[in-house]
Amino acid sequence: MSYHVNEKGYYGEFGGAFIPEMLYPNTEELRQNYLRIMAEPSFQKEFHQLLKDYVGRPTPLYYAERMSKKYNTKIYLKREDLCHTGAHKVNNTIGQILMAKKLGKNRIIAETGAGQHGVATATVCALMGIECVVYMGEVDIARQAPNVARMKMLGAEVRPALSGSRTLKDATNEAIRDWINNPVDTHYIIGSVVGPHPYPDMVARFQAVISEEIKKQLQEKEGRENPDYVIACVGGGSNAAGAYYHYLDTPEVGIIAVEAAGKGIDTGESAATSALGKVGIIHGSKTLLMQTQDGQITEPYSISAGLDYPGVGPLHAHLYTSGRGEFISITDDEAMTAGLTLCQMEGIIPAIESSHGLAVFEQKTFKPDDVVVMNLSGRGDKDLQNYIDYFKL
Amino acid sequence: MNRINSKLKADKKLLSIYFTAGYPALENTVQIIQELEKNGVDMIEIGLPFSDPLADGPTIQASSTQALRNGMTTDKLFEQLVGIRNSVEIPLIIMGYFNPVFQYGVEAFCKKCQEIGIDGLILPDLPLDVYQEEYEAIFKKYGLINVFLITPQTSEARIREIDAASDGFIYMVSSASTTGTKEGFGDAQHTYFDRIANMKLNNPQIVGFGISNKSTFEQATNKAKGAIIGSAFIKHLKQNGPKKIDGFVAGIR
Repeated sequence: MSYHVNEKGYYGEFGGAFIPEMLYPNTEELRQNYLRIMAEPSFQKEFHQLLKDYVGRPTPLYYAERMSKKYNTKIYLKREDLCHTGAHKVNNTIGQILMAKKLGKNRIIAETGAGQHGVATATVCALMGIECVVYMGEVDIARQAPNVARMKMLGAEVRPALSGSRTLKDATNEAIRDWINNPVDTHYIIGSVVGPHPYPDMVARFQAVISEEIKKQLQEKEGRENPDYVIACVGGGSNAAGAYYHYLDTPEVGIIAVEAAGKGIDTGESAATSALGKVGIIHGSKTLLMQTQDGQITEPYSISAGLDYPGVGPLHAHLYTSGRGEFISITDDEAMTAGLTLCQMEGIIPAIESSHGLAVFEQKTFKPDDVVVMNLSGRGDKDLQNYIDYFKL
Repeated sequence: MNRINSKLKADKKLLSIYFTAGYPALENTVQIIQELEKNGVDMIEIGLPFSDPLADGPTIQASSTQALRNGMTTDKLFEQLVGIRNSVEIPLIIMGYFNPVFQYGVEAFCKKCQEIGIDGLILPDLPLDVYQEEYEAIFKKYGLINVFLITPQTSEARIREIDAASDGFIYMVSSASTTGTKEGFGDAQHTYFDRIANMKLNNPQIVGFGISNKSTFEQATNKAKGAIIGSAFIKHLKQNGPKKIDGFVAGIR
C-alpha cells in the first residue's frame, strides 16, 4: 500500500478536485504540467540553489541533549525555524513562484492566517519582482499587525477577507474567488497541503526537502536513515507532509501527527480535526473537516493561528483513517508549557505551532534508544505577544 | 417528461430566477416561489445556503450567511417545500454546494427531491467525473436533471463532454467571474455567445452571471435559450422583501 497520491489525485478516499467549473482550466493547467516542470533540470537547479543560498538550507538536525535526558530518549530537532522568514513555509513558496514563472503567470495571490505564509509569499514575489496580493481575514489582520506590516514592506497588497468568520478559511475562499475572476494571468500559491489536486501533492513535494535532509543527516549522526518516529504538528499539514514524505512507505518509521485541541476537544473551542471532523468537501478537497450535522463548515479554535484550520490535508486524513499515523491532540496550555520548556532547556524559542509537537514528549513515553525526530517548523518571534500575554512576562 | 425538458421546448426565451432559501426571512421560500410563477418566470433555482460559497460574489454570500443565521437547514428547506406541487407547476431546481448534499447523503437527498417534485440540481463543485462515476445513476433513478456549468475558458473538447453528459440544459457562465461581480457584456462575451451557438450543442444553453436587467437579458438570450438572474434579484429582496416581484419581473421583459 502506498500513502502517496494516486494518478487521479486521491489519497485513499481523500483528495480529488471538487471545484466549480470556473476553476477547472486553472487546476487542469497545473495538473498537466507540475510534474514535468518539477522534473526539469533547470527547475531543480534553480529551486535547490535558492533553498541553499536564499533560504539557508540544509537546516540543521540538532540533537537536543538536555531534552533527551529529561525524556530518556534520543530527540533530534529538525530546525525549520532557522529558514529565512522563520518557518518551513518558504520551501513551498520558492517552489511555487518558480512554477508560476514556468507557467508564464505574472500575478500571484495567496491566503494567510497568522501571516507566515503571506510573508513567505510576499518575500518570494519581491525576490522575483512579481505582483502579489495576499488575502487575510479582517480579524487576523487586527491580531497579526507585525506580519501585515512585513508583507506591506515586501511590496504585497494585503486585502481583507470580510466574509464569513473573517479568518483563514474565509481568506482562502477570497483567494479562490480572485482566481476565478483572474483565471489566465494569475497563479494561486496555496500555503498548505490542502485545496484541489494537484496542490496537496505539489506542496508536499516542495516540502519533501525536509525529510530528504533528515535521512542524510541521520545517516551521518546515527548511521541510519530511518528514525523510529517523526513528530510534526498538523494544521493543514504542510510541515508534517514534508517531514513524513520520504518515510510514508517505510512502516518501521512511526508517524506522529499533532493537532491543536485548543481549550480541550470537548469544549467547542478546538481545532482537532481528526477527532472532531467528518468526511466532506472543503476548499476543493474531499477530506476530514469540522462541520455541523448539516454540512456547514465550522470555525475552529486554537491559540496557535497556524493550526486554526477546520480541515486537514487529504494525505493526513488518509494517514489517520488508515491507521498509518498516530494522531495526538494537545491543548493550548500543554503547548505553551512545552514551548517554555524548550526555551529553558535548549535556548530555542519555538513557534506555538511547533510547541504542540514538543508537548508529545509529556504525553507519550519513548524507549531510551528510540530515535525521535521532531520537526521544529517555525520560530517563536511572531508569537512573542502571545507568550507575553500567556506567561505575563 | 421532466418539467425542465418541457419548459425548454417552449417557443420563447426563458427567464430563470435564483434566490437563496431562507432569505430575507426564514419563511419566505414558498411565497417567493409562488410570486415568481404568478409573474411569468419560467424556471426557479432555489439556493441551498452554504457557509463557504466559493463561486459567489458578495451579494449571494451575504444572503447565504443571513439565511443560515435565520436558521435555514437542508431539513428545514425540505420541510418548507413539502406540498409545493399543490400550488405551482414551474420547474424547480435546487442549487447549492456539494458538501451539504453529501452530508445529507446523496441518495437520501435525491429521493427527497423526487418526493417534493424538484426537477433538477446544480452543484457547481461536484465535478463531472465524480458525478459520472458515483452519482449519475442515483440522479437518474430519482428523475433529477443535473446541470453543468461551462465558462469562456472551458475547452471545446470539454464542452462536448459536458454536452454529452447533460440531459437538460447547460449553464453558460458569461464571464470568468464569481456571481454578481461583473455587469454588462463586452465584445469578449458576445464572441463567446456566438462561439457556443455555432457549436450546435444537443442541450440548450441558459446564460448566467452578469444579467441584471432588460438589456443584459436580451443580449444574453440573443443566441441562448434563456438567462438566469441571481444577484440582482437578491438585491431586490434585500430592499423589498418578497414583495413587488411583479415589478421586478416586468422590468426584465
